[in-house]
Amino acid sequence: MTELRYLAPTSLDEAIGAFAAAGSAARILAGGTDLLVQMRSGVLKPGVIVDIKKIPEMTTIEQAADGSFRIGAAVSGMALHDHENFGKVWPGVLEAVNLIGSKQVQGRASAGGNLCNGSPAGDSVPAMVAAGAVVTVQGPNGRRELKVEDVPAGPGRTNLKPGEILVSIKLPPRPPGSSDAYLRMIPRTEMDIAVVGVGVSLTIKDGTVTAARVGLGAVAPTVLLVEDAAKALIGSKLDDAALAKAAAACSAACRPIDDKRGTIAYRTKVAGVLLKRTAAIAAKRATQKN
Amino acid sequence: MAKVHVTTSINGEPMEFLCEPSDTMLDALRGTLNLTGSKEGCASGDCGACSITLDGSLVCSCLMLAVEAEGHEIGTIEGMANGDKLHPLQQKFLEMAALQCGICTSGMLVASDALLKRNPKPSEEEVRFWLAGNLCRCTGYDKIVRAVMETAADMRAQ
Repeated sequence: MTELRYLAPTSLDEAIGAFAAAGSAARILAGGTDLLVQMRSGVLKPGVIVDIKKIPEMTTIEQAADGSFRIGAAVSGMALHDHENFGKVWPGVLEAVNLIGSKQVQGRASAGGNLCNGSPAGDSVPAMVAAGAVVTVQGPNGRRELKVEDVPAGPGRTNLKPGEILVSIKLPPRPPGSSDAYLRMIPRTEMDIAVVGVGVSLTIKDGTVTAARVGLGAVAPTVLLVEDAAKALIGSKLDDAALAKAAAACSAACRPIDDKRGTIAYRTKVAGVLLKRTAAIAAKRATQKN
Repeated sequence: MAKVHVTTSINGEPMEFLCEPSDTMLDALRGTLNLTGSKEGCASGDCGACSITLDGSLVCSCLMLAVEAEGHEIGTIEGMANGDKLHPLQQKFLEMAALQCGICTSGMLVASDALLKRNPKPSEEEVRFWLAGNLCRCTGYDKIVRAVMETAADMRAQ
């Protein structure tokens, strides 16, 4: 890897110029917790590394006057955890991000990197899908926005065009009575890769669900937005019938693989079970805040 | 390919070194800088034996490029004792036999120190969660966790 070049631009334009110029040989370095492992194992041999952490827009968390958050693509899980307000507004997104690896990994790894890594089992992604997150990407042809669920294209692949860089993730303003939660199933108690991951975001008014989104991970080539599960919850009081219908919708959405972590039948069943548990946590949080 | 010149601070001392762009911080510490207290266990961020601090934040030095140290402050196990006087965590690890082979120990100490700086009164559960990224194949963790808890209590009493 002696031919590797390391660049640490201080502006986004500079980063995009360098990244696009290097073509397919270039890799973006945010936390590096996936990239360095891939380089070490020989899976990846980049010619150019573009470190984006010297670009202020990539490393800051901003809360706008309307309550929405903009998270730079390279903001670490620890930085998000330490933000005074983020975990109060988006406890589900925060708990999902903070499940990625150890404290050492948390000090570096970012939600942006977790998303761009393209793993179907990335923990932050179902929570961000449930949150209705929108990402900003920028490339040689300018800026555009994508819904977070439209970013992954398959295992290890994204829908970013050549030369495009993920800049930030925006989470929308929260109406009163809103909260979220994320749960995953893993064979161990901690520090493992999800067999199923479920993110649920709810808005509840007078005991009735007025808005819901459900993100489902590790059961298909990409993280899924399960609209049928959300529809089953909206208008309900989270009664058993509505939860059963939403759970069935999650199971129906599964197109999982069989592997050492879980069989197709197991993942499909657990997706429904986790939906019920995650919705209960989100609902508790949403109503506590009223 | 020319080596890269890096200006940084290690354990409070200004430091300059040369490295390849692909070198990890752990390569630079153990090789060029001869600071061999940080250990290489897995080289993939799973074991925590190479734990250091980067601007006070706990990280694995095997998952960081050496060139990324430019302009930042690095803390390693070599900076933990004050001359011949051991840090309270180091002293307690010795007293309570919280180590056997020693490979994980510097990472355990650096990680525990980072925890106590953030949270001087951690619960046992918080200690165990915080150290989940530091693997030890000898002790079964119990003595390590107890040593961290006792050190925290001693440091609060002072």
